[in-house]
Amino acid sequence: MTTTTSVLGGAVRRREDPALVQGRGRYVDDIKLPGMLHAAFVRSPYARARITSIDASAALAMEGVHAVYTADDVRHLGPLLAQVPVGKLRPLLADGMVNHAGEAVAMVVAESRYLAQDAVDAVVVDYEPLEAVVDLRDAASDRIKVHDDLDSNVIITWEAGPFGNEEAMAETKRKIAEAKQRDDTVVVSLDMVNQRLIPTAIEPRAVLANWMPGYERFEVYSSTQVPHALAGAIAKTFGLASNAVRVVAPEVGGGFGAKLNVYADEILVSFASKALGRPVKYTETRRESPHNTIQGRGWLGTATIVGTRDGEVLGYEIHAICDMGAYSQNFTAAIPFLGVFVGSGQYKFPTHMKLDLVHTNTMTTDAYRGAGRPEAIYYLERILDEYAAAIGMDPAEVRRKNYIPADQFPGAMAPVGFALDTGDYEKNLDAALRFFGWEDLKAERDRARAEGRYVGLGLSSYVEVCGFGPSALVDLGFSWSEYGLPSAFNGSGLVRVNPDGTATVIIGTGPSGQGHQTTWAQIVSRELGIPEDRIRVTHGDTAESPMGIGTFGSRSAAVDGAATYEAAQKVREKAARIAAHLLEAAEEDIRFENGGIHVAGSPDKSLTWEDLAKTAYQPHLLPEGLGGGLEAHSVFSPSNATWPFGTHIAMVEVDPETGDVDILRYMAMDDCGNVINPMIVNGQIHGGIAQGVGQALFEDAIYDSDGNLLTGSLVDYPLPTAADLPNFELRRTVTPSDANPLGVKGIGEAGTIASAQTIVNAVVDALRPLGVRHIDMPLRPKRVWQAIQDAQSGRNG
Amino acid sequence: MKISLTINGREVSADVEPRTLLVHFLREDQGLTGTHIGCETSYCGACTVLVDGKTVKSCTMFAVQADGASITTVEGLADNGQLHPVQEGFWERHGLQCGYCTPGMIMSAVGLLQEKQSPSEDEIRHAIEGNLCRCTGYHNIVRAIEYAAAKMRGEEPPPPDWEEEEVSV
Ligand code: FES
Ligand code: FES
Repeated sequence: MTTTTSVLGGAVRRREDPALVQGRGRYVDDIKLPGMLHAAFVRSPYARARITSIDASAALAMEGVHAVYTADDVRHLGPLLAQVPVGKLRPLLADGMVNHAGEAVAMVVAESRYLAQDAVDAVVVDYEPLEAVVDLRDAASDRIKVHDDLDSNVIITWEAGPFGNEEAMAETKRKIAEAKQRDDTVVVSLDMVNQRLIPTAIEPRAVLANWMPGYERFEVYSSTQVPHALAGAIAKTFGLASNAVRVVAPEVGGGFGAKLNVYADEILVSFASKALGRPVKYTETRRESPHNTIQGRGWLGTATIVGTRDGEVLGYEIHAICDMGAYSQNFTAAIPFLGVFVGSGQYKFPTHMKLDLVHTNTMTTDAYRGAGRPEAIYYLERILDEYAAAIGMDPAEVRRKNYIPADQFPGAMAPVGFALDTGDYEKNLDAALRFFGWEDLKAERDRARAEGRYVGLGLSSYVEVCGFGPSALVDLGFSWSEYGLPSAFNGSGLVRVNPDGTATVIIGTGPSGQGHQTTWAQIVSRELGIPEDRIRVTHGDTAESPMGIGTFGSRSAAVDGAATYEAAQKVREKAARIAAHLLEAAEEDIRFENGGIHVAGSPDKSLTWEDLAKTAYQPHLLPEGLGGGLEAHSVFSPSNATWPFGTHIAMVEVDPETGDVDILRYMAMDDCGNVINPMIVNGQIHGGIAQGVGQALFEDAIYDSDGNLLTGSLVDYPLPTAADLPNFELRRTVTPSDANPLGVKGIGEAGTIASAQTIVNAVVDALRPLGVRHIDMPLRPKRVWQAIQDAQSGRNG
Repeated sequence: MKISLTINGREVSADVEPRTLLVHFLREDQGLTGTHIGCETSYCGACTVLVDGKTVKSCTMFAVQADGASITTVEGLADNGQLHPVQEGFWERHGLQCGYCTPGMIMSAVGLLQEKQSPSEDEIRHAIEGNLCRCTGYHNIVRAIEYAAAKMRGEEPPPPDWEEEEVSV
């Protein structure tokens, strides 16, 4: 084993941190504007009901209450805009009907937060409760329709294998059916739930809107990952030009996809601010957050695999019903489609996917870290393990045998119909097996088993699609067109060397802890040689930044980072011309090193950035026609999404008496192409794994059959704590992407996509001697214990 | 009601509604927005402060109950611009991403290190069990606290554990 370096920056400590560790970070709820009012919402206790009356008179009579708005006041603004308007769009406030528990029925605006809450309690709403639809099969049957004006609860069906080619898909289905008929094949099938999750950023969402009369302009602070989308949506809703809305995302306390949305509350406080002429703030409480901010996942499906006895998979099918909740928001119906992109994983076998997306009387689902990809990879990597067990083969070898071979890259075509950028799956698997000592781990497990302990090993490969994206994907909805901004998911970056020789970088991303100020300074410093501490990066402000798409889908470095890199190159080219002129040297001899500008081979000829910048801003000193200033902007559209991949391994021990699962070791070998800052990349993987482990072991958004959310508080919805998680052992292989000039791939979601089934595979492996074949997540002690009991009495598998 | 207390070494008197939570008093009345709110129901720990030297979740206490107390918030930790070793540890070991849980996490770590000079990893993990972080998976928070503990004992902190190198086979 050898090691080489492909780190573009280094583990530079973050620029963001000094303010944050001193409590000086500014989050939306920290901001106060003069005359600011507070909003609070009246929410439905029922999942499905007709609203028969709303009486706000008592609330309005309270001193300091400025307004109570209902659907009557905001109906003219239309439903909440969604980028993928498939299914029923959400009314800004419930209009005649409520369709999920906690749906906002009225908005109160008052002088203080406490008063607004008191006034909420004083609004009287009468409901006529109706039977709710919660169960996914029940919803798909259309026994009860969530929305009378839709033909069916099934709003769309995504089918692939490959996507968009009916003939080839028929051929895939035929091949799989044939393979099942053969008597030398093994067919393994499992019904599995990929449960609904509540994203739970620790900062609840908050928005502060300020209509500025005379300026005729909105200034909005929001805890959002997508400031430009929000600015567009507000402008379009109120019939304003997009440049009449400034959205600022200051510090954002975690997003994980839940803040990748335009929310009704953001539109409503804007409306109230305009109507009342005062700034209006709304901060959701933790208790209302699961009813107000999107949830994620929610698949009920069957995975079936057919293969030979020596590990050659001949076909894989997944049919699932996917829970969209009551209304479609930003990307709701597109999320399972992200699962389609990776439905066949890293493998070459024929794959058929069919996903029915249904409305239910529950909160909307949308992007939660991984978004469709963890679900798809979960089914695939779980069933592969069951197949490996059925034929008695090492699960790692089953995977190796079916990988798309390295010689098909770049541009290998996945069976679901998408071209991958770069990959070398076997290299990564081998690195994981050798580095973490797979054979030793197996021996250790076997020794433990011989001692009567229930120790298991789980392994999962994964491939992810991220870094959206290519301009051509606009046709699939990858654009902010529905918000009035028909821009492809380009990256953009602006690099300016200021007259004092410092640099300013402005990007259109909306990070929520990813450290863009640090990483972007590294990208620019590497190009220009200006020290990182002389480079300031700003983001998340639509008034300052070039058109930006936002931070989600592990896209920022691969797309906006690449754009910034290109902009820095343009600045460098111009700087080289100026330097050549000033130093009377050839342009190609100019070197940007050690924080200054030098001439190759002439150590005495050099300039500081201050010297050069000063000249750049005095055009009369420049060569004819060069023009003043030293800044450049670049818009970057990648040639493909990026497709990171990897292998994760977990070793767990189960206590059969209690059902407790203890993670003994967690090991990850990821490949996200080149790495800019390994410290930040590792941090992203840590957090990603933690969320996957959370799904595997703890988290579950459970609705009862009446549509009440039973796990809406942090007591019932336990997030992993420090005491629940192990240290993570991380290493990486490097297969640079060819879709962007930095060779980077996204890494924000990989850990989540890889980890849930790694844990479940390990637990099932631990319990296989007891006859357990599968346990649905979350693997809480009671469920594990029950599975053991059932297996022992012959009821499982 | 009238209350007097000390906040970050400064004497403060104020008139507060009896139902005002300490966290709201700190944030809204005193402008100390470093103390965050993640749940208001005592589960997340984002609001952790020191009250008379002990860690307390400031959403579980009314401001009036702090009458006469001495409170330290995250803003009060640094000494003349010099970061507290715990703050330094979080910076040095990438113990934060979005930074929202961080003030509470830091205050809990300060509380722990006041009691134990050399906590084991297990003790660290249990000491911050009441502080939720959704970003970091806690791995680097534990490293950050180990860093601070070493610093406060006057020892060289353990090196960071991220790798610059890839693995090739
Ligand atoms: S805000 Fe106090 S514990 Fe969450
Ligand atoms: S750093 Fe984001 S919640 Fe901990």
